[in-house]
Amino acid sequence: MAILDGKKAIIIGDRDGIPGPAIAECVKTAGAEVVFSSTECFV
Amino acid sequence: MNSVIKGASYVLVHTPDMVLYNGTTQTTERIVNPDSEYLKEVPNNLRSFKEAVEYWPNQTYIGNVHPDELAQVEFPWYDKNKEGADRFGRYGEIMPQEEFLFLVQASDMFEVVRLDKEFVAKYKDAFAANPIISEDIVEKVHEGVELGEIEHFVNEEHAEGLYHDGKLVGCVKRAHDIDVNLSAHVMHENLMSKASSVLALLYAVRNAGIDKADVEYVIDCAEEACGDMNQRGGGNFAKAAAEVAGLVSATGSDARGFCAAPAHALIEAAALVKSGAYKTVVVTSGGCTAKLGMNGKDHIKKGLPILEDCLGGFAVVISENDGVNPEIDLNMLGRHSVGTGSAPQAVIGSLVTDSLDKAGMKIPDIDKYSPEMQNPDITKPAGAGDVPLANYKMIAALAVKRGELDKKELAAFTKEHGLTGWAPTQGHIPSGVPYIGFAREDILDGKIRNAMIIGKGSLFLGRMTNLFDGVSFVIHGNTAEEESAAAGVSEEEVKGLIAKAMKDFAATLMAE
Repeated sequence: MAILDGKKAIIIGDRDGIPGPAIAECVKTAGAEVVFSSTECFV
Repeated sequence: MNSVIKGASYVLVHTPDMVLYNGTTQTTERIVNPDSEYLKEVPNNLRSFKEAVEYWPNQTYIGNVHPDELAQVEFPWYDKNKEGADRFGRYGEIMPQEEFLFLVQASDMFEVVRLDKEFVAKYKDAFAANPIISEDIVEKVHEGVELGEIEHFVNEEHAEGLYHDGKLVGCVKRAHDIDVNLSAHVMHENLMSKASSVLALLYAVRNAGIDKADVEYVIDCAEEACGDMNQRGGGNFAKAAAEVAGLVSATGSDARGFCAAPAHALIEAAALVKSGAYKTVVVTSGGCTAKLGMNGKDHIKKGLPILEDCLGGFAVVISENDGVNPEIDLNMLGRHSVGTGSAPQAVIGSLVTDSLDKAGMKIPDIDKYSPEMQNPDITKPAGAGDVPLANYKMIAALAVKRGELDKKELAAFTKEHGLTGWAPTQGHIPSGVPYIGFAREDILDGKIRNAMIIGKGSLFLGRMTNLFDGVSFVIHGNTAEEESAAAGVSEEEVKGLIAKAMKDFAATLMAE
């Protein structure tokens, strides 16, 4: 059983860090359902 | 032959009153929460001009302090002044607000800027005394008007107020009654960008040691848009600023791409010169009023002064290979393409290693990387971390993954091949380009061999695409001599040899 099974994920990625789609790919393989994913610029 | 970096300029304009009246954090607060404690606190937390001048990162930006020296100053920097610091620097200056408003008026071709006559009487001489401000620019300043006239425009005609020391001293009128693209707000924002670009152009020409008439093309890479309701982003900031700066031989155009635009524009400039289309191209940009005080809430909450109180500007002069200055190597370009994807290793791969692979180089073969050079003094208290360091860690991690760097050396790599950020958070201003001035000199001095400039842009903010963007290029020492040697005998030399042979043959005939 994956560690995020049954969880819903809201993702805010960072342009100068890890972007949203990359985090989304990770959490999906861990069993989560991505309900929102965005990449933001914090500068 | 590659084109060269002939010179660069970096300017700041200290605009404390615009923080309150024009920064979007503050203007938004005024709409959603007009009685907020934050808005009341802003004027008490603005720095004086002297404090802005003595701020170590600002001194670095205008070229008086090398980034290596800044890195030795104990962090944080906001509470440590550089005693005796000068407003003028090797690359430009920190202009005070009261002088800048005259440059704004000189940059206004449609008489939308009005200044109070008392204000004009008090400060015009100081503006005119600045050695970089030529007589033709001073002549563009109008006589001041009665304060009552300015109050009328602000209160009755939707004009944007110009303030100094908290007092109304002028206004920017709307340029059309209905068209929002020519509203006072937009005119204000565009004129501030244009005027700070003019200042950058003036210093760039001086620093490169060229005549104004030598400049054939200007590319503006700011993030503003000028136009009317039928062509909202029509442009052309570049030619408009070139006109005020007196670059009589120049035309130009605008390059846009969020914060990546300066890197795009420099590649375009280098290509235009290398192709022979133009001999001298200047890439320029002014500052952004909207971003003033962007992180002001966090700064005040943490007991800091509002550090985003300056507009930034820069300009870089690109010209034909002179056999001396560092080159922009067009064979070593990185680009994040539509198909690159967003995985961090794919992003860094596209921007850093793809071009290195083509040249048979490894990540540690580049002496200095200049990605996003935001000042961490501004970003860390706001929770955005140390942006340059985050980028260096990504580059170093990729080097480890590629077997080009030992994992133990990762932290040392970020210091040796990185820089401590010093640029104001003005979007496009910190994006790769702040190091170009120092890189040029460091290469000429033999301190480094090369540098990679990386520009990144958040295209998704425009809601046209979810994509991110970025491009990079490499600057290295001049190779004209090596190139000539590698090419063997030049055409000139062949002509010389033939001429000599003919002459010798003629001499033999004469002798016979």
